[in-house]
Amino acid sequence: MNKIFEVPLYPYEHSEDQDAPSPVRHQVAVIGAGPVGLAAAIDLAQQGIGVVVLDDNDKVSFGSRAICFAKRPLEILDRLGCGQPMVDKGVQWNVGKVFFDEREVYEFNLLPEEGHRRPAFINLQQYYFEQYLVDRVRELQAEGKPIEIRGRNKVSAIGTHPDHVTLEIDTPEGSYNIEADWLIACDGAASPTRSMLGLDFVGRVFEDNFLIADVIMEADFPTERWFWFDPPFNRGQSALLHKQPDGVWRIDLQLGWDIDKEIEKRPENVIPRLKQMLGEDVEFELEWVSIYTFQCRRMEHFRHGRVLFAGDAAHQVSPFGARGANSGLQDTDNLVWKLKMVMEGKAPESLIDSYDVERVHGADENILNSTRSTDFITPKSLTSRLFRDAVLDLSEHYEFARPLVNSGRLSVPCTYDESPLNSADALDGPERTRPGSPCPDVPLKDGFLLDKLGDRFILLTIDAEAPDHIEEDGVAVERIALTLKDDSTQALRKRYLGESDSAVYLIRPDQHVAARRPRYDESLFRAAIRRATGKEAH
Amino acid sequence: MSDDLILSPNIDGADDFYADLLATHEGLSKEESDALNARLILILANHIGKRAILTQALAKAALNPGEDPS
Repeated sequence: MNKIFEVPLYPYEHSEDQDAPSPVRHQVAVIGAGPVGLAAAIDLAQQGIGVVVLDDNDKVSFGSRAICFAKRPLEILDRLGCGQPMVDKGVQWNVGKVFFDEREVYEFNLLPEEGHRRPAFINLQQYYFEQYLVDRVRELQAEGKPIEIRGRNKVSAIGTHPDHVTLEIDTPEGSYNIEADWLIACDGAASPTRSMLGLDFVGRVFEDNFLIADVIMEADFPTERWFWFDPPFNRGQSALLHKQPDGVWRIDLQLGWDIDKEIEKRPENVIPRLKQMLGEDVEFELEWVSIYTFQCRRMEHFRHGRVLFAGDAAHQVSPFGARGANSGLQDTDNLVWKLKMVMEGKAPESLIDSYDVERVHGADENILNSTRSTDFITPKSLTSRLFRDAVLDLSEHYEFARPLVNSGRLSVPCTYDESPLNSADALDGPERTRPGSPCPDVPLKDGFLLDKLGDRFILLTIDAEAPDHIEEDGVAVERIALTLKDDSTQALRKRYLGESDSAVYLIRPDQHVAARRPRYDESLFRAAIRRATGKEAH
Repeated sequence: MSDDLILSPNIDGADDFYADLLATHEGLSKEESDALNARLILILANHIGKRAILTQALAKAALNPGEDPS
């Protein structure tokens, strides 16, 4: 049977654009059909904006690659109409075990908070993730939405202009040109777009190599995340075992810096290592092996005129904490509604600059967290190792040391504190829903809150009066009225009210809070809408 | 507990404490002693808990020349 990553999912097809006498203009072009590029394109298309995705390949990602998808990205995928197949297929886990040397030092349970539609995390191979996104693209095409994926279309030159970009594209049938009002570059850590535009990408290189392997086995290991520091089968290094769907296990083995990648990757060298780890008598089949090194870095700016960078093309982190694909999805979640408003003339072009401000802030938070994990997992000095080992030794005996063990702080969405789109917090409410925060989910009488938010501005009232619709300078805002009388789980009160008896929230199309007050105030909320759409400065 | 690091004498029976500290290290190799010290720092830091105090302690322990000794 062919593996899904061996089948062309979007094979090359001749496009009418290739026969046009002059370059055809598109609204948005996306470079890269990975998780981030596809999410951007789906978001645009389902809101009626024409988008063409260009990819130099024609298949989904080879090997499992990004495997851990967090709650917030799953919520974003729900808004994009493709969260359910991911959750149905994905593996859910809550228990993790930490080993040091030959001992299990402790076990933890993530104990996810109740009252959310989506789990804290699922494990899912990137090839399934991309396949479900492509399925969603096909669904949108069947509905007549303006979206195309062009496989084996490699962008070879980019011309930038004040109000559009020109793209030269190489195909198996020769090259052709198109134009686009906007370009979103989602072409990965080695982004050719970034190189073609001569843009910077600075940061810290970690001198280490990791071997990642997908192994198929029928072992009865429980569905848990196991992390080893300095195990007997990989002395002085670390190891990770994680379960994926279809009996595929993901193994990450730290190899150190001074190795020959090609030699280490050979099955005759990989298999003995895995046997030491899994046990001599465990039957397994090696599906995929790769060796990677990583860097923590970002572009200085994610917007360059009409070219926008998202995902690994804009920022790269270490894999600890699953902040790569997860943060890339948050990039496009942040970007697409702004692009739509600007394209529709409902907001000034400067609104796009807030994408740069907010997501650079997000990238910095992710880089900080993943750098700290990396420093714990791979100590870079004797003293660093001394404290790391002290933490691990203490964690076996005393609870206090366990929060210091850092094998990856699992990805949580960032709050856009200090964003120019936020209005000052006027509610004595919970920290987690202050302006800039992503809305936490709440179980309602008829489903979940987040399914009712998104794609448009919402005025969320909790035991407060407000008009059902307001329109401010072309921006329509719709009210959703909730009451504590229906809040049997107390989740609404705890997550949105705190000490207050009532609240009114202005919520952005990406489900982030823009403003909140105890009561509705016509002029203040109109100001907040203007502010959230880039029309009013501080 | 105030948010100021105590830098005046504060240990009951300071000589006894000092002797206990050395006794705990007795017979240990340099490597074992270093590990013990690291564990001790973490245990004491957790007991103190307050970030403001810990931040001052880290700065004072660095013994930066020229800094106000107060």
